[in-house]
Amino acid sequence: MNFLIEAFKPACSISIKFSDGKTRKRVPIKRENGQTLLAPLFRNQENIAGKITIEPHQGKRIEHNGVKVELLGQIEMYLDRGNFYDFTSLVRELDVPGDIYERTTYPFEFSMVEMPYETYNGVNVRLRYVLKVTVSRNYGGSIIEYLNFLVHNYSPPPSINTSIKMEVGIEDCLHIEFEYNKSKYHLKDVIIGKIYYFLVKIKIKTMDIEIRRRESTVTGATNHVETETLAKFELMDGAPVRGESIPVRLFLSPYELTPTHRNINNKFSVKYYLNLVLVDEEGLRYFKQQQITIYRLPLQDT
Amino acid sequence: MLLIGAEDEEKWLAEGIAGIQHNAFYLHRALDSNNLRDALKYSAQMLSELRTSKLSPQKYYELYMRAFDELRILEMFFKDESKHGVSVVDLYELVQHAGNILPRLYLLCTVGSVYIKSKEAPAKELLQDLVEMCHGVQHPIRGLFLRSYLAQISRDKLLDIGSDYEGDAETVMDAVEFILENFTEMNKLWVRMQLEGPGRVREKREKERSALQELVGKNLHVLSQIEGVDLEIYKETVLPRVLEQVVNCKDDLSQYYLMDCIIQVFPDEYHLQTLEMLLAAFPQVQPTVDIKTVLSPLMDRLSKYAASSADVLTEFLQVEAFTKLSNAIEKVIEMQVDMPAVGAITLYVSLLTFTLRVHPDRLDYVDQVLGACVKKLSSIPKLEDRWATKQLVALLSAPLEKYNDTVTALTLSNYPRVMDHLDNGTNKVMAMVIIESIMKNNTCISTADKVEVLFELIKGLIKDLDGATDELDEEDFKDEQNSVAKLIHMLYNNEPEEMLKIICIVWKHTMAGGPKRLPFTVPSLVFSALRLVRQMQGQEGDIVGEEVPATPKKIFQLLSQMIEALSAVPSPELALRLYLQCAKAANGCDLEYVAYEFFTQVFVLYEEEIANSKAQVTAIHLIIGALQRMNVFNVENRDTLTHKTTGYSARLLKKPDQCRAVYACSHLFWVDGQDGIRDGERVLLCLKRALRIANAAQQMASIARDSSGPLTLFVEILNKYLYYFEKGNKQITAAAIQHLIELINTEMQSDSATSDAFLASTLRYIQFQKQRGGVMGAKFESIKL
Repeated sequence: MNFLIEAFKPACSISIKFSDGKTRKRVPIKRENGQTLLAPLFRNQENIAGKITIEPHQGKRIEHNGVKVELLGQIEMYLDRGNFYDFTSLVRELDVPGDIYERTTYPFEFSMVEMPYETYNGVNVRLRYVLKVTVSRNYGGSIIEYLNFLVHNYSPPPSINTSIKMEVGIEDCLHIEFEYNKSKYHLKDVIIGKIYYFLVKIKIKTMDIEIRRRESTVTGATNHVETETLAKFELMDGAPVRGESIPVRLFLSPYELTPTHRNINNKFSVKYYLNLVLVDEEGLRYFKQQQITIYRLPLQDT
Repeated sequence: MLLIGAEDEEKWLAEGIAGIQHNAFYLHRALDSNNLRDALKYSAQMLSELRTSKLSPQKYYELYMRAFDELRILEMFFKDESKHGVSVVDLYELVQHAGNILPRLYLLCTVGSVYIKSKEAPAKELLQDLVEMCHGVQHPIRGLFLRSYLAQISRDKLLDIGSDYEGDAETVMDAVEFILENFTEMNKLWVRMQLEGPGRVREKREKERSALQELVGKNLHVLSQIEGVDLEIYKETVLPRVLEQVVNCKDDLSQYYLMDCIIQVFPDEYHLQTLEMLLAAFPQVQPTVDIKTVLSPLMDRLSKYAASSADVLTEFLQVEAFTKLSNAIEKVIEMQVDMPAVGAITLYVSLLTFTLRVHPDRLDYVDQVLGACVKKLSSIPKLEDRWATKQLVALLSAPLEKYNDTVTALTLSNYPRVMDHLDNGTNKVMAMVIIESIMKNNTCISTADKVEVLFELIKGLIKDLDGATDELDEEDFKDEQNSVAKLIHMLYNNEPEEMLKIICIVWKHTMAGGPKRLPFTVPSLVFSALRLVRQMQGQEGDIVGEEVPATPKKIFQLLSQMIEALSAVPSPELALRLYLQCAKAANGCDLEYVAYEFFTQVFVLYEEEIANSKAQVTAIHLIIGALQRMNVFNVENRDTLTHKTTGYSARLLKKPDQCRAVYACSHLFWVDGQDGIRDGERVLLCLKRALRIANAAQQMASIARDSSGPLTLFVEILNKYLYYFEKGNKQITAAAIQHLIELINTEMQSDSATSDAFLASTLRYIQFQKQRGGVMGAKFESIKL
């Protein structure tokens, strides 16, 4: 039996190491099986260099048609039968066809790699970056090894960042004005604002603010939208009277947010909304949704 | 469903407590293992129990206290950075991640207090932030407790801030601002409780609200404890802001409680210096607020404060405390149209008490207060309300007690006008109080004007008031009238002229008193007038000019008017006595015709009015006694009068009475003194006549009752004999006496009566005189026993 198991084992082990692997920042990512693991983090137009080591098992000889390493940027649409779309694909040939008898190390480098999109794990779509090493063989199948890594892209603070301010209401029943201090927030930002009650004739029980994420995906001709509520934050308890001003202070850091993504490779978009929800004593909900932009400031990767 | 059973409530409370205990257990574990994340998690869960809406304030308080104790422990943990390794700044953010607002804010306050203490951020900003964030809880009960927690947890820090940096007005102001802000919000929530739910449980709700009032008031208490809050800050910031809130909240319960609270917690000195501002709020409160129970203690406190030292008193004058208070009360009454009379009067009583204590010298103030009260009462003719009456009596009694001198009250022009508003019964009571006060202090009322005022005040006692239908208690009536009689004696002036005026005024008033009162008042007045007569008699040396109105003659005219009125009552016996008194006084003044006139009146009365035989006997003896001493009469007049007297004496109904009157008449002919009449013959005549009557009486007795009457009459006559014998009446001889003694002895033997003590001592007296020797002894020698 041992022999049999030996037979199905890959003939060699492949390890991929980044040249700055020890110093590079690593951030946790969630894998499909729910586990998190730490993956190295890159940003657009960085050099991605390292070494690939192939070590045949127990002195076996590996005959191959060539060794290559690919850097792939992929969008996976769950609704499209799990198809991948590669928006980036770079290849480096590491070895010409031949035999590997012993542990061999190949350095590689992709310089100034264009990685315009961030890694994203959504409900219906996933965007990932991966290094793929292939030892091509004629028989026994090719030996392939993957290494996921992450890409975060930073934005400078927006030059224009107006507040969101709006009066809404139901005639002779409810009239409020809400104000959020900005329309664009970075991931560790705080939403500061207030809700001013001009007129309240209904008995309000609570008021919450929600952060909602709208993920829209395009598969072929169909458009699919998925909305999740990432945060539900109680702003007010009890019924206010006319003239009350209720403060808003919502720290974004506890929530798993991503930057806003607009039309990524014509495949998907991720947008964020602040939803103000008033619930009256009968359980009726009154709400108003405002879009906000979320961006990533440098050094906000934890 | 709306009326929640107490049982259910107990159940919910128990559930809440269980929830808190459960989470507190895990919280303690987390604290012991320095696990901040779990500590935050379990404390938030624990605090979620406070989100309930099912409990009444009392029960909610129980729940709150449980959570509060746990939070103290948590606070200790937050304070010790070495345990959790998170800086207080980060902690302040971290607790704000909680999704539910109530636990979030409790935790924020807890961390906030640690933050302030650490001084890593300006206290002002933190306080501002906390008080602002608490806006998120709009539910009245939950909000009140949350803010109360904030006040509680920040209290020691505030006191530090307010007192630590002496002279740093800005930090003090930060603390003050914070408390005021929190106070304002709490009050708003508190007021809002009233509007919640249907109207029919209003009463219950009010009760619940009262239970929470201390949470609101606590803020003011803290303010008063901050050392840095000096008069300046109080005047410029604290009071205006608090009052603004009080006025604007338009809630009677709140206004009542807060005004009272302000008065109670802040020092008197502050009140005095901000009196105008404070008082200006009162007219603006809701008409249903019971202002009197708030304002009265204020005046009470101020007056006590005024009494504390002389320096303080000058301050009162400087700020014109009285004028301000008086104006405020007037305005309040003006605004609160529906205020019951009792409320207004109570206010005036307080103001008066204040005035009397603070400005005892300012009678005009006192009068002003009374005047204001009259003005208010003018809309109500008579007070029906028992309490209002009681207060009015208090109002009227206060000056009497204070001044110990009723004369002072008499100078208050509004005093009688206030009294007019009392009902008849109370009016009398009040009048009695006034009289008692005069008596107690032995106050002499010495001018006609004052007497006039006084009688105006006590007119309830002097005459029947309009519409007085109430049944009089005989005893009470007597008491009242006796008091009036006593009072008359307190009216006195040395100046005859003024005194006469006084008497005239009193008469003018008393004469309206009717038949029931005159018998009480007239004698006093008569004697008062007679005293004047005697006084003038003593000053006879003075020139008595024609213009002088006060002459004895005039007084006697007045007197006869008075007594005539009395006899018309009718009260003839009393009138008779008074006439005799007057006659005696006229005798002293040497006014023969006047005296004669009085005697004439006496006899007229005797003839026409006195029918009762017993009364007649008494009257005769009185007449005899009076007449005997008269020395102004010429022989003719005297003869007429004595003749009349002896005549009436002999015509009395009962023989013994006749006998006694007749022998008494003998004195009319024998007057001691230099120019007294000594008509021994007529004396003897009287005595003989008396003996005859005594004999007749004796016989009548033996016939009628088959037993001889007592010998008393004879012994009495014997005594008269002895008297004249000693006085040297020549007509009375030892032989006559001897004869009388024998007569008595014979009567005794035939009668076998037991020996008479009177007789025995009479005989012993003769024996004694005999043995005494000297002239008298010689005189008695011839009498043999």
